Amino acid sequence: MKTVKVYGPGCKRCDMTAEMIREAADRLSVEVVIEKVSDPREIAVAGVMSTPGIAVDGKLVHAGGLPDKAKLEEWLAA
Amino acid sequence: MMSDISTPHPSHPRWTWHLGVTGFVVIWWLVYRQLVPLSEWLVAQLPVDRASHTGEALAFFFYDVPKVMMLLTLIVFAMGVVRSFFSPEKTRAVLSGRREGVGNILAAGLGVLTPFCSCSAVPLFIGFVSAGVPLGVTFSFLIAAPMVNEVALVLLFGLVGWQVAVTYLAFGLGIAILAGFVIGKLRLEGWLQDWVRDIHSGANTPVMPEGERLTMADRYQLGIEAVREIFSKVWIWIIAGIAMGALIHGYVPEDLMARIMGADAWWSVPAAVAMGIPMYTNAAGVIPIVEALLGKGAALGTVLAFMMSVIALSLPEMIILRQVLTLRLIAVFIATVASGILAVGFLFNLIF
Repeated sequence: MKTVKVYGPGCKRCDMTAEMIREAADRLSVEVVIEKVSDPREIAVAGVMSTPGIAVDGKLVHAGGLPDKAKLEEWLAA
Repeated sequence: MMSDISTPHPSHPRWTWHLGVTGFVVIWWLVYRQLVPLSEWLVAQLPVDRASHTGEALAFFFYDVPKVMMLLTLIVFAMGVVRSFFSPEKTRAVLSGRREGVGNILAAGLGVLTPFCSCSAVPLFIGFVSAGVPLGVTFSFLIAAPMVNEVALVLLFGLVGWQVAVTYLAFGLGIAILAGFVIGKLRLEGWLQDWVRDIHSGANTPVMPEGERLTMADRYQLGIEAVREIFSKVWIWIIAGIAMGALIHGYVPEDLMARIMGADAWWSVPAAVAMGIPMYTNAAGVIPIVEALLGKGAALGTVLAFMMSVIALSLPEMIILRQVLTLRLIAVFIATVASGILAVGFLFNLIF
């Protein structure tokens, strides 16, 4: 099981990103727990400067804009 | 398992992209040159007198809407491609440890070129400050990023003229540099929220993995993406703004605006700035109104001051920044930027 964190202040794109992760996980049948982080302090400590940011199992893989679908599957499958 | 094609990895060879972009620019240019006859033809089809107020307003509307849309498409695309060479992480690396002065100038320039969304203002602010970018330099970036943007410049260029667009660019950057410099000189680091300072001192932020190199085709696609995004956000503002401008153009008497917003009324500049702060709209909504006001005799300095204040000082952004800045620091920020805008307003009214 993977823990995926979505860093963002709660903008529309952050919700879309979480949705995309959910869909990618379903396609790959990978079990994930998606956690939305909207506290600015936590976002900053994670090193995210442009939102939404994504961390898979504590490792930051993406920051800024919607993620690419193929990359998303790569991160979840790894 | 995977049914849909992922976007940023185009399978077309590179030359088809170059050809496509070139072809698009050529067609764009041909259509753009025909806009005046097209709009006149459109108005002629309608059952209104061309010389009437309504005819005047309609002609303005039918010419300006397609013109602005076309200009926006081209420039936003180009900026999208240019911005793909920049990122907040690279900008931070360039700015960290810079001294004030040079740092402020660099930050203002990079503020224009780095992809930035006001919704990431807080994480970006902390990311900068915690990596040793001086506070004043960070502010130069944060002021320039929203104020000098391609939508504002395109609209000014298309609706008012290139001289005003260039002047806006120069003075927008000037205010960002100076205001950041002043804030830096005031040494207000202590006025950050406590927790931000803690991150500052114990800075150990992980670095984003270096993204794989983008091909030119990827960059074109990012440009197209930028166009799509800007349009989905601003098209309604542009149409509403130009419609408003068309109404003013057709109906508001010449001397009314000259009296209220003319150069003789010294108080018009501060009034315009004060009015602009709580107003929240993007450049797209405000500029068509700006053009119409100018056309009716409002003074250039007053109108520019109004526009800068609407775009650069917005209440929602202050509320977002409140999470990291104390109220005192926000007050200093507003006061510094507002004084800069006031100076630009008065200067322009004096010169032009």
